Amino acid sequence: MRRRTVRTRTVIGAALLATAMVGLTACGSGGSTSGNASAKGPITIWYSNNEQEVAWGKQMVAAWNAANPDEQVKGQEIPAGKSSEEVIGAAIAAGNAPCLIYNTAPSAVGQFEKQGGLVDLSKIDGGAAYIEARSGDVSKQYQNADGDYFQMPWKSNPVVIFYNKDLFKKAGLDPENPKLSTYADFLATSKTLVDKGVAPNAILPAPTSEFFQSQFDFYPLYAAQTGGSQIVEDNKATFADQDGYDVADFWATMYKDKLAGQEKYTGDAFADGQAAMAIVGPWAVSIYKDVNWGSVPVPTKDGTSAADTWTFSDAKNIGLYSACKNQGTAWDVLKFSTSEEQDGKLLELTGQMPLRTDLQTTYADYFTANPAYKAFGDQASRTVEVPPGPNTVEMLQTFRDAWSKSVIFGKEDVHKALDDAAAKIDTIAKQP
Amino acid sequence: MTDVIAAPEANVPPAGSPPRASGTGSGPSKRRKRRLLGKNPLGLLFSAPYLVFVIAVFAVPLVYSVYIAFHDYFFSAPGAVVDRPFVGLDNFVTALTDPAVIRSFGNVGIFLLINVPLTVVLSIGLATALNRVVHFRTFLRVSYYVPYVTASVAVVGVWLFLFNGSGLVNQILGPLAPDPSWLVNSTWAMPTIAIFVTWKQLGFYILLYLAALQAVPKELYESASTDGAGAMRSFFSVTVPGVRPATVLVLLVSTVTGANLFTEPYLLTGGGGPDGASASPVLIMYQRGLQQGQPDVAAAIGIILVVLVLIIALLQNRFAGERD
Repeated sequence: MRRRTVRTRTVIGAALLATAMVGLTACGSGGSTSGNASAKGPITIWYSNNEQEVAWGKQMVAAWNAANPDEQVKGQEIPAGKSSEEVIGAAIAAGNAPCLIYNTAPSAVGQFEKQGGLVDLSKIDGGAAYIEARSGDVSKQYQNADGDYFQMPWKSNPVVIFYNKDLFKKAGLDPENPKLSTYADFLATSKTLVDKGVAPNAILPAPTSEFFQSQFDFYPLYAAQTGGSQIVEDNKATFADQDGYDVADFWATMYKDKLAGQEKYTGDAFADGQAAMAIVGPWAVSIYKDVNWGSVPVPTKDGTSAADTWTFSDAKNIGLYSACKNQGTAWDVLKFSTSEEQDGKLLELTGQMPLRTDLQTTYADYFTANPAYKAFGDQASRTVEVPPGPNTVEMLQTFRDAWSKSVIFGKEDVHKALDDAAAKIDTIAKQP
Repeated sequence: MTDVIAAPEANVPPAGSPPRASGTGSGPSKRRKRRLLGKNPLGLLFSAPYLVFVIAVFAVPLVYSVYIAFHDYFFSAPGAVVDRPFVGLDNFVTALTDPAVIRSFGNVGIFLLINVPLTVVLSIGLATALNRVVHFRTFLRVSYYVPYVTASVAVVGVWLFLFNGSGLVNQILGPLAPDPSWLVNSTWAMPTIAIFVTWKQLGFYILLYLAALQAVPKELYESASTDGAGAMRSFFSVTVPGVRPATVLVLLVSTVTGANLFTEPYLLTGGGGPDGASASPVLIMYQRGLQQGQPDVAAAIGIILVVLVLIIALLQNRFAGERD
């Protein structure tokens, strides 16, 4: 009797478990929360949680709400998580993503699109035309394989080299005209800085294994060396060529000669004087107020004039999410927030570059008053984005693993590592 | 399956007896209730919240992850029309043919080989010592427990300063310091993490042993002493056998938590570096499942990990557990 009783209870337990399973599964495949493309009403938006962007977001929301009492916008900082992309991915799966997110990383857009989390802006009346009129040819980099826009190109942080003028002077180098344009010059300058003992590292890009770190060592230099190539084009890796080898050899020499550290620094190496140079975007201007810095474009093998140098964009875009019920209002807010006036506010409050074709002429007064940002404004028109598609992160991680093994830690031939990574990425790029 | 015929119980009426009236609370309906709810139905009520918690937070996700592992699965928005075909063992093949996954299992094997024995030896030794300490007993117990309750993120920051190239450890070691330094050295990264985790978790295991030591009869020590046993002999002949159940628990818990290693390679070695030398299976699951949008492959890795941990746990129970 006792064993039969136990069995009965086990069956009841299993039934409860199965019921719970069905309930959970139902949560994952429930009814559609997709909104109406023309519906108007209140919406929620998320923006980045850094001080400058919060200030921009708050004033933008206030300006919209004052003029649109029937379509109120609720602005929130993006919830904390290991990364914004994970928070957004979870919100998509849960069906509670906000209408607009002003911190959508291009590397994650392909996955969000595959998840059914994003609205195709090309399908909105005048959507593609608005994007292309504002951003020009740069916008093409943000299309998916079918030429559709699942993201609104918003702002970029063109990556350049910052250098500490005081440390350069201390090392006997000309702080106003530093020799940093060719690989040979960059290496020689780096060697002088380290040999003279002014800083333990000439430069210290994060040597860690996260997929996005190559966007701040290899990618800017590869964009510059190739005059604007992405690392994957037409589902095929491009970097296993002489340009890629040259960039990788340059960095491998920096690590081998201990001009760049293999170890992560817990703090800001440039601000703390642990590195005489940094590879950063315009956000750094407000961060390094206490450093007497100068900036130059990233180097190329034989040197390129600043006006012809390309770099990585480090862009963040705007996504309109399919969970949004009032998509008509969301699209109107999206246009309002990327208007000439709001882009000007963005530039003024954050120093980040709106992805506009007419950036330097439209905001000429700003660049005259803030000459530190002028180089970034010019550079913004020559930026390269990560490759689009649902497998971007996997491709970038594959590249990073090969880079880490060969270039940073010197455990494999650099050219072979790039060749092998390219072969793997060719396969990954073709996956749906 | 053979049903066992129940032995007559005191409260079961003999065959042929007339059924009691239902108003008295006995009879078939009561027997049915008892069969379903047991002798103490109130116990079910009290245990229900935890049962629901276990089902919702552990059992359901575990079963669902098995489903995910056998399908071409990715997370999608509610209402999105997606095809998730059954793919058999494809995700397991993908996982087991990925060198990074294989390496991560090797890495966590190295971790467990260092962490688990070190945890058992240090925690039983320190607990025994702490049990005998007269002065500063509370202070010392709290001191060992502090790292356990401190957030990993904060403690990792301290260890980064201690073990970086110009950190305190290398300054003490001087020319003996490894090059590259500990956390970027493919030989030393995982052992360093294992030592970090051992140190951080030690307070918890010391507490388990301290509790177990209170149950070892003092008379056994007195008898051993009478028989001429010294401190070491008493330790190995009285203390170690006396706390065997706690040792099995420490082995199991440290193995399970060790196999789930994530925070340390994520933060201490910057995403499993150098060159994947400290990547753990859970870190790879995080990369594949959450960053790269392949929860199906991540689930397959998870299932493999669960099976391996179960095998290790069974072996530990077999060889370290009570044999009676």
